[in-house]
Amino acid sequence: MSTTESPTNAPGFEVDRNAIRQLADAQINVELDTGDMIINLGPQHPATHGTLRLVARLDGERVLAADPVIGYMHRGYEKLSEFRTYPQVTTLINRIDWLSSFANEVPFVDAAERLMGVEAPPRAVWIRTILTELSRIATFVLFLGEMGLQVGALTPAFYGFRDREHVLNLIEAATGGRFHPNFNRIGGLKDDLPWGWIAETRSAMKTILDACDVFEDLVAGNEIFLSRTRGIGVIPGDIGTSYGVSGSNLRASGVDWDLRRDGRPYLAYPDLDFQVWTHPDGDSFSRYWVRLQETRESVRMVLQLLDGLPAGPVMAKVPRIIKVPEGEVWVETENPLGQMGYYVVSKGATGPFRVKIRSASFSNVSILPWLLKGVYVPDIVTILASLYFILGDIDR
Amino acid sequence: MSDETTEPTEPTEVPEVPEVAETPTSAPDPDPVHVELLARIDAALGDAVIESADALGGLVVRVRTDAWGRVAEIARDALECDYLSFVAGIDWMPAPPEGDGESADTSSPVQPTTMTYGAAGSAGRFQVFGIVQSTSRHWGVTFKADVDESDPVVASWVGVYPGADWHERECWEMYGIRFVGHPALRRLYLPSEFEGYPLRKDFPLLARVVKPWPGLVDVEGMPGDEPAAVAAAGGEE
Amino acid sequence: MNVVLALQIGWGTTLAIKTLVVLAIIPLGALVLGYVFLLKMMSHMQSRLGPMDPGGFHGWFQLVGDGMKFLQKEDIIPDEADRRVFAAAPAVVVISTFLVFLVIPMGPDLVVKNLDVGVFYALAVSSLSVIGVLMAGWASANKYALLGALRAAGQLIAYELPLLLAVTGVVVQANTMSLQGIVYAQQNGSIFGWHGVGNPFILTQFVGFALFLVASQAELTQTPFDMPVAESELVAGYMVEYTGFRFLFFFIGEFGTATAFAALAATMFLGGWSLPWVHGGIANWIGPFVLFAKLMFVAFLMFWARFTYPRLREDQLQALAWKVLIPIGLLNLLITGVFKVAF
Repeated sequence: MSTTESPTNAPGFEVDRNAIRQLADAQINVELDTGDMIINLGPQHPATHGTLRLVARLDGERVLAADPVIGYMHRGYEKLSEFRTYPQVTTLINRIDWLSSFANEVPFVDAAERLMGVEAPPRAVWIRTILTELSRIATFVLFLGEMGLQVGALTPAFYGFRDREHVLNLIEAATGGRFHPNFNRIGGLKDDLPWGWIAETRSAMKTILDACDVFEDLVAGNEIFLSRTRGIGVIPGDIGTSYGVSGSNLRASGVDWDLRRDGRPYLAYPDLDFQVWTHPDGDSFSRYWVRLQETRESVRMVLQLLDGLPAGPVMAKVPRIIKVPEGEVWVETENPLGQMGYYVVSKGATGPFRVKIRSASFSNVSILPWLLKGVYVPDIVTILASLYFILGDIDR
Repeated sequence: MSDETTEPTEPTEVPEVPEVAETPTSAPDPDPVHVELLARIDAALGDAVIESADALGGLVVRVRTDAWGRVAEIARDALECDYLSFVAGIDWMPAPPEGDGESADTSSPVQPTTMTYGAAGSAGRFQVFGIVQSTSRHWGVTFKADVDESDPVVASWVGVYPGADWHERECWEMYGIRFVGHPALRRLYLPSEFEGYPLRKDFPLLARVVKPWPGLVDVEGMPGDEPAAVAAAGGEE
Repeated sequence: MNVVLALQIGWGTTLAIKTLVVLAIIPLGALVLGYVFLLKMMSHMQSRLGPMDPGGFHGWFQLVGDGMKFLQKEDIIPDEADRRVFAAAPAVVVISTFLVFLVIPMGPDLVVKNLDVGVFYALAVSSLSVIGVLMAGWASANKYALLGALRAAGQLIAYELPLLLAVTGVVVQANTMSLQGIVYAQQNGSIFGWHGVGNPFILTQFVGFALFLVASQAELTQTPFDMPVAESELVAGYMVEYTGFRFLFFFIGEFGTATAFAALAATMFLGGWSLPWVHGGIANWIGPFVLFAKLMFVAFLMFWARFTYPRLREDQLQALAWKVLIPIGLLNLLITGVFKVAF
């Protein structure tokens, strides 16, 4: 058990106490040459988007090895889910990726519905799609601004937060919560949309399109930004897939794979006409560019959805106490951060037997030891920003 | 519907609708993608495949424990699955009831107390399962392998899918399943001094051990209420 | 000497008064620049308001209040830090700023010492701050600080050269290194014979002006050259271990130096305290305000760039200095020399 695996007594691993104080749970292959320096980025650090700790061994400004240490935010969701009923689990999983929380609930609720054989009514499905795409827009607009901040430009971050407010206000108007809506119910949604919401959304989408143009000018068109991100952190497509990198990160490496189009059909995506954006380069700039285009694409999708929103109830007939019959199912969706999936095993009780949460950022971050070899220290920040992970998603 | 009136006797006829439970609507024609996948898997693994099943649209294949390492290579080469989604473990043992008899916490959903297994069955308590997908062919397979409870060891997928590194570390940390061939099985989420394997069913939910779940009491008393009134309203056992 | 007050004041007293005035200008300049540009201009550009409450009117008291707050904080020196060097570093930076102000003229007689080698002296003394930065980074016993200081060392030294080359064009054109002389040369000069606005050197030395702005941006470690203080990586770089009044010193040093460089640019390129039609004693009264207006304009340009651009990576920064700015500066000098001799 714990006696054999601690790095301090792994074979051939003589280390001095000073280094141990710095290393703790990381393993950087420490035979300390005099020229090398070990620094800790995190867990409190402006660049690590939360409590991620990156232990890096530097030679001057070059990274020789880097090891991410995660788990500072581990809340044990998989264990907790085994002690909750299905509706209670949705409150937990809201908080996995907190920037786009609505999108987290969707695959789980979908899984429960599939196991029960219940189908949410079309209106509920379409509204779920609208809210998912709005979450995607909110997350990406923040990314567009915040990546500028990590690279050094102070202003785009504020624009990102400001423009995201429009979408958050929409989500709050519809669901009651800006960050953790908890709006999905097994069988549909809690409520219908409020009066005037559709018109508000249309005008907000125009604002978002303008914001995208601003970001394209201010950040993506800036020569300094280009020189900081082009060619930095290149992930070849095949390496990316073997690590499990997904979402915009993988599409920026040229892999044309989007679960909204290619996976098992879910939500209202089969009825939508949208384009999947890829970029051949695989560097940090292409990740930025792909997310910029996807934001615009999401805006177009939302407008399509608003045009075609069917009328009807928003909740199917489900019993008051939700008992999900025995079975297991794997549901995966294209979340803003990547591929998110739930493997739900049910034994016929009111709560799940096992929920395996496959979160996108977990795999996106696991490529860091490979990716950060040989880059400069400022490039670490650029790469972390471009991969766009959320700690709650990594640590669950 | 019970007949309360005597009906005129009718010539015995074959009832129109068979009343015995219908044979499960003969499974809809097997998904051609699954057929193709199974064919490739059988060709590559042969008798290492123990069972296969369809879990609401997903193909689940259970293989022999010693073939787990080969599964990764076959997935990558024969099945063109370049993308590793995850590798995880599962513990089929029903969770022991929390606490002692009288003050049993009734907040958690009651799970069945018999040990049953899911799609494609299982030989014992532990299983390791993983999902691989193909970005080009847009298909995916769930592979399962039994893990011996007394000596939980399987092969590692790190040589084929480097991303399995972290997944296997988490699986070891949570279930105690060791992966042969993994460069360094060390703690991922938990501090290195942690003892025990949390996701195993016999590992208690520590938060509940420390104090009872606050949601047990349905109604919170107003400040100044008699404790008796609170207990009456709350319904705590 | 004193034309202003028509009183007999001895040399020593004059020097003391002038020193006090300069000592007062540094924090005042820092305050004004900090408030107007850092707090207000940046906020408005980022579609927010900035401080509004302290002091009642648009939060003008914010920085003063911040200064007072810093002064009453605990003085923390890390355990493994080199105490004397750690304490001395901010002082070095502020002293170098003070020394630069000694030669900046604010009126025909309002200069502490009108050195004949004013420009040379100003540049030489402003590079003393590099030592302060290095001291801070090394003595902090902190790896982030060390990284920041190493970056600063390379950067600040590299960008001295474009600064110098930019200024040399002005010197060639003005025929003198004395700052007061440069101001007079602009005031009394003419553009093809027209004396209307004098001859501000920005017209002929526009390349030099641009070079000076870029180089002073780098000397001040401001974005896009703020690698030593990269906020999102090193969290304040070489200043990371400084708290309380020591950090206040760094802050004042940074903005005071910004004021000094803006004043230098205004003096050398925009005409300093002079207005072309104002001569004589009255210039002593309006000179400071004129200089202030011009230096605010230059500072506006510097801070505008600071809030807009991302930061250059250290190697890109060095490449910019050595491969782009210095050749341009040399070319500028060459052309200036040619024109000077020819006309």
